[in-house]
Amino acid sequence: MATIRIPTPLRKYTQGQEEVQVNGGTIEQVLAALEQSAPGIKERICDESGKVRRFVNIFVGDEDIRFLDNLQSVVKDGDEVSIVPAIAGGR
Amino acid sequence: MLTRAENLTDLVGNTPLVRLRRVAKDFPNVEIWAKCEFCNPAGSVKDRAARRIIAEALRGGQLRPGMRLLDSTSGNTGIAYAMVGAALGVPITLVMPANVSVPRKQITGAYGVELIYSSELEGSDGAIVLAKQLAAERPDLYWYADQYSNPNNPLAHYHTTAPEIWEQTRGRITHFIAGIGTSGTVVGTSRRLHELNPKIRCIGVQPDDALHGLEGMKHLPSSIVPPIYDESTLDETIWMPTEEGWDVAERLAAEEGLFVGHSAGGNVAAALRVATRLRDADEPGVVVTILCDRGDRYFAPLKWEKHYLW
Repeated sequence: MATIRIPTPLRKYTQGQEEVQVNGGTIEQVLAALEQSAPGIKERICDESGKVRRFVNIFVGDEDIRFLDNLQSVVKDGDEVSIVPAIAGGR
Repeated sequence: MLTRAENLTDLVGNTPLVRLRRVAKDFPNVEIWAKCEFCNPAGSVKDRAARRIIAEALRGGQLRPGMRLLDSTSGNTGIAYAMVGAALGVPITLVMPANVSVPRKQITGAYGVELIYSSELEGSDGAIVLAKQLAAERPDLYWYADQYSNPNNPLAHYHTTAPEIWEQTRGRITHFIAGIGTSGTVVGTSRRLHELNPKIRCIGVQPDDALHGLEGMKHLPSSIVPPIYDESTLDETIWMPTEEGWDVAERLAAEEGLFVGHSAGGNVAAALRVATRLRDADEPGVVVTILCDRGDRYFAPLKWEKHYLW
């Protein structure tokens, strides 16, 4: 099981939960499992072609998946996966 | 802009207005003009609010010797406070979400400010909550500037941005468009422009969704609404998708030579929507919007800098 950390704007899909536990060996599998437990959340994170949206960052531990293997980045048991949006304004 | 000044803070404001010709080439009867706020000394529109907020707090005695200015910010206001604070000898403490871009942390750090990070998952609202808490714990040490409710934020634009635009367009402006962050720029400027000519259509821009990438803008339906936000100053709100704003930011760099941030892209994208509407109605227009800052403030970390600090 990996722990997914959910940002505030997406917590309406997780009944307010800040963290969700899911199974999956890659980010792609983790996102598919997350969609199962929080329907509707995946299309907010990924575009129509399935790629992570440009303004969404996903981290395994403190590694940005863009610097790993993107959707194929490996997720191990006990890993923490963070979904981090760009800053919501006010400067 | 002044060509010579006794004080750095005198160089804030009086920014140039530039016509966008190439991105607006499909709208021969609509002029689109952009206010070059990146020309301010610390590089963004926020210099205006920071200068007035600090000057008025010093004048009013709320910010006394030995005290630090404290505020929450996702970047540009912090950089502006840092510049004005350094220039006037006022120590600054900033609360920022941990996921602000690395260059922003480095720039504010260079001016010698104290940085405190709030959760990267909670955005600018998390920073607001933490700053309030710190200010309540140490009222002797911190003066909480609170850009979201400080009337001097919109007043800075009421007294400078609006009259500058009025003069620079020789009163011809028909539409004013600006994104909503604290809402200081759009509320203060629109309030004054409406006094000068009630027919000017003043339009706010918000991200179309809570999860967005228009850094600096706020999606108000899912946010703490800033107390200075006054919807009655606006004629309309345009809901901007992140991708549309980002695409226009890229076009501004490639077609106009204006390498600006995503919020500026969102503003010009909204101006292009208004221009389309005017063209379809066969009406002319003089549309003015804001280029909030430069794009180099948003460079992604290079691969060897990939370890985010949080």
